[in-house]
Amino acid sequence: MDLHFHGPDATLTERSVVDSVLGLPPSEGPGGLRITRDEGHHSLVQRSKLLPAFHAVQNRFGWIPPGAMDYICRRLSVPPAEAHGVASFYHMFTLKSTPPTVVHVCDDVACRIKGSEGLCTELQHALGAEGWKRSPCLGQCERAPAALVVRAGETPSATSVAPANSQSLLAARAADLPASADTRESIRASVPQFGSDNLRLLSRVGRVNPCSLEAYQASGGYSALTKGILQGPEAVIAEVMASKLMGRGGAAFPTGRKWEAVAKAPARPHYVVCNADESEPGTFKDRVLMEGDPFAVIEGMTIAGLATGSEQGYLYIRGEYPQATERLKHALEAARAAHLLGPKILGSSFSFDIELRSGAGAYICGEETALFNSIEGKRGEPRNKPPFPVHVGLFGKPTVINNVETLVNIPQILALGGEAYSRIGTAGSAGPKLFCVSGHVTRPGVYEVDFGITLGQLIQQAGGVAGGKAIRAVLLGGAAGSFVGPDQLNIPLSFEGTRAAGASLGSGVVLVFDESVDLADILLRIAAFFRDESCGQCVPCRVGTVRQEELLHRLRSGKPMRSYADELELLKEIGQVMRDASICGLGQAASNAVESAFATLNPMPKVAQIR
Amino acid sequence: MADKTLTINGQVVQAQEGQTLLQAAREAGFPIPTLCHLEGLSDPGSCRVCMVEQTGSSRLLPACTTRVSDHLVIETNSKRVREERRKVVELLFAERNHVCAVCVACGHCELQDLAIEVGMDHVRFDYDHPDCKIDLSHHLYGIDHNRCVLCTRCVRACDEVEGAHTWDVAGWGKETRVVTDHGQPWGNSETCTSCGKCVQACPTAAIFIKGMTVAESRKHPAEIGFLVKSREHLHCQD
Ligand SMILES: Cc1cc2nc3c(=O)[nH]c(=O)nc-3n(C[C@H](O)[C@H](O)[C@H](O)COP(=O)(O)O)c2cc1C
Ligand code: SF4
Ligand code: SF4
Ligand code: FES
Ligand code: FES
Repeated sequence: MDLHFHGPDATLTERSVVDSVLGLPPSEGPGGLRITRDEGHHSLVQRSKLLPAFHAVQNRFGWIPPGAMDYICRRLSVPPAEAHGVASFYHMFTLKSTPPTVVHVCDDVACRIKGSEGLCTELQHALGAEGWKRSPCLGQCERAPAALVVRAGETPSATSVAPANSQSLLAARAADLPASADTRESIRASVPQFGSDNLRLLSRVGRVNPCSLEAYQASGGYSALTKGILQGPEAVIAEVMASKLMGRGGAAFPTGRKWEAVAKAPARPHYVVCNADESEPGTFKDRVLMEGDPFAVIEGMTIAGLATGSEQGYLYIRGEYPQATERLKHALEAARAAHLLGPKILGSSFSFDIELRSGAGAYICGEETALFNSIEGKRGEPRNKPPFPVHVGLFGKPTVINNVETLVNIPQILALGGEAYSRIGTAGSAGPKLFCVSGHVTRPGVYEVDFGITLGQLIQQAGGVAGGKAIRAVLLGGAAGSFVGPDQLNIPLSFEGTRAAGASLGSGVVLVFDESVDLADILLRIAAFFRDESCGQCVPCRVGTVRQEELLHRLRSGKPMRSYADELELLKEIGQVMRDASICGLGQAASNAVESAFATLNPMPKVAQIR
Repeated sequence: MADKTLTINGQVVQAQEGQTLLQAAREAGFPIPTLCHLEGLSDPGSCRVCMVEQTGSSRLLPACTTRVSDHLVIETNSKRVREERRKVVELLFAERNHVCAVCVACGHCELQDLAIEVGMDHVRFDYDHPDCKIDLSHHLYGIDHNRCVLCTRCVRACDEVEGAHTWDVAGWGKETRVVTDHGQPWGNSETCTSCGKCVQACPTAAIFIKGMTVAESRKHPAEIGFLVKSREHLHCQD
């Protein structure tokens, strides 16, 4: 294939920024001049540097100038249309010139009920339309309202500000604030149980220095990997099977079965991927783990590599988590320096390394096959399944993909023994579980409890509803989850308990609304979320999410096109076709919250229902 | 290759391993409507028009990308499937500006045929009228995004058959559009060879030959499959 390029040449700075990611080009000149279309594994891996290259350019200039784009295409032999298609897919990349500093303000559900709209109005006044942007959930819901200040330049930075007000945001925008150090108060604001001795998953958060490998090891870290290497891969898988661990990313698939399928897959190489894209509105548990105990994530991944016969892992973290990214980067370097990553780990024959990859603002990239495509440098569009990742995953190879929290459970399982671990929790849901409690509760934050406590008990543990108000509704499982009413607080929080109640645990979101909330407004925000996060490849989701939002607007305004009942019927039909025919879980779940709200909570204002 | 035995619409059918449900059903004489599928090109499985029902499963399966397997029991024309197809086509019509009565392709448009085939005779949504452009900068061809259904057949024909990769998909969600090169006007594209394969691949009048009359604008999408077949044939003789 011949590649033709056009447009302005890259400036020297643009070239050097791209080269800093891709390495220097061969001396004959820009690499793309002699192209052999080698679809081999090596060229796939090389091409996967597309997103890292875009990130480097975006971070330096605040956008991707045409010259830099053209140069990236040449260096990686990617056709211009494809590169343009990829860059334009991700919300954090911009293809037209923008100011270097942009404030991203979360206007998603948890922030909405804590005044994010007011914040948006103030920023519009202070900065004008170019200086700030609305963002879906930034994963800081326990400290709502949240914002992220992104600054491009020679020393690019991204700073989370939560809780945010216009003064703190303008200050953060004007000057690089030092990354906020952990204090007792800041830890307690995210982990209200801080200080309790009964924690397993959260035991190190705030207590053990997350930037010190020695401290991690002194607190028992890496003893599980040592044990695993002694026992061997089969024994490790047997322990994970015995533990009855189920994935914490939302789909609740048995982890042991996944690992075994990959270990047994004949195709090589095998890959381990950690899903740290955490973008489900209301979810922030993975962030707390990565910021507070980054080595545990890496140890869990390394054990997964051992068990499944993989030598390479990828950790895909959402682009909006600067602090977690920094800490993981540091932890990876420290582990590598101590030979806990790399060739011949702990003197054994097992070799394994991990590459960190950043997302670029697309919720859909949390879907496992979209995430693979994103690592591969493509548009983050989900693939049709089957084939499943355990057979055809990253770069088309057998891949185990696990959520951050799932992996943090692994060292616990090896330490306790799978059998003992399986006795924690309920019969159908083994282990400790993190819940992300936010909204109108007195003490929002991540809570670690054993599976099986009731929703009401968890809300009580978070101090109940602030100001003594009554509960209007709880959003369980995130935007892809469902609403339950105040009469359902006795639901046991376990996979089987929520299923029996027609709900799901999802990613562990418990978002509480008191009686002051305008549920119709919340539903509209959720519908807008799905409309804006649909990747756009399949018809039911791409168009269905638009129609769902439009219908909700009509219902709420009290100006339905047909009778209220007929409009509701049409809403149901849209939900049905999205659930039945969408490629991935986004479209399939895009009507869950809406339908559950209409089923029991009567969310629309009375005036709207007259006709 | 090993044979697989499955049941389609109550009839026991033998199919070759690796075949899709679509191929197996068509060979057995059961038509299934399609839109993004085009003989000779890879299948993205994204239009969701070809869905079939798997007995005993709550989910529908895309026939164009699902491989045959033993003991599979499927229905290609159940009530549930027919309703799903009708709704998908209805959503598609309302997405952009598909008004058959005023379209040059009226009478020979795959989208229109599809609507008739699945019985989609009225649309219950307001037309969305998104901000879609018409690009007439190419010396031979034009593209009217108002009539694009995002089937990506142009993208795949250009990449997989012509090898130019002039087209790709840009943006996301409802803002998704097909684009040429760096998103510039088609006429400025440096990769386009003006071969016209995208024109033939396009199921609607989105991509068209400039200055053609209604009768002349009939397309020949089967020619893409013919090209691919004859190439495979050549390779066999090598
Ligand atoms: C739209 C969508 C978004 C998702 N986002 C995430 C996510 O951010 N993090 C995550 O771990 N899993 C996410 N998942 C689930 C993953 O596809 C996958 O099931 C999970 O990573 C598997 O890990 P586990 O078995 O450890 O749960 C998402 C799924 C869908 C359909
Ligand atoms: S369901 Fe939505 S997000 Fe998933 S593939 Fe289809 S369009 Fe993309
Ligand atoms: S231009 Fe035609 S072929 Fe290309 S995606 Fe649109 S409808 Fe399909
Ligand atoms: S950070 Fe705003 S809703 Fe989660
Ligand atoms: S023809 Fe099968 S999904 Fe489009």
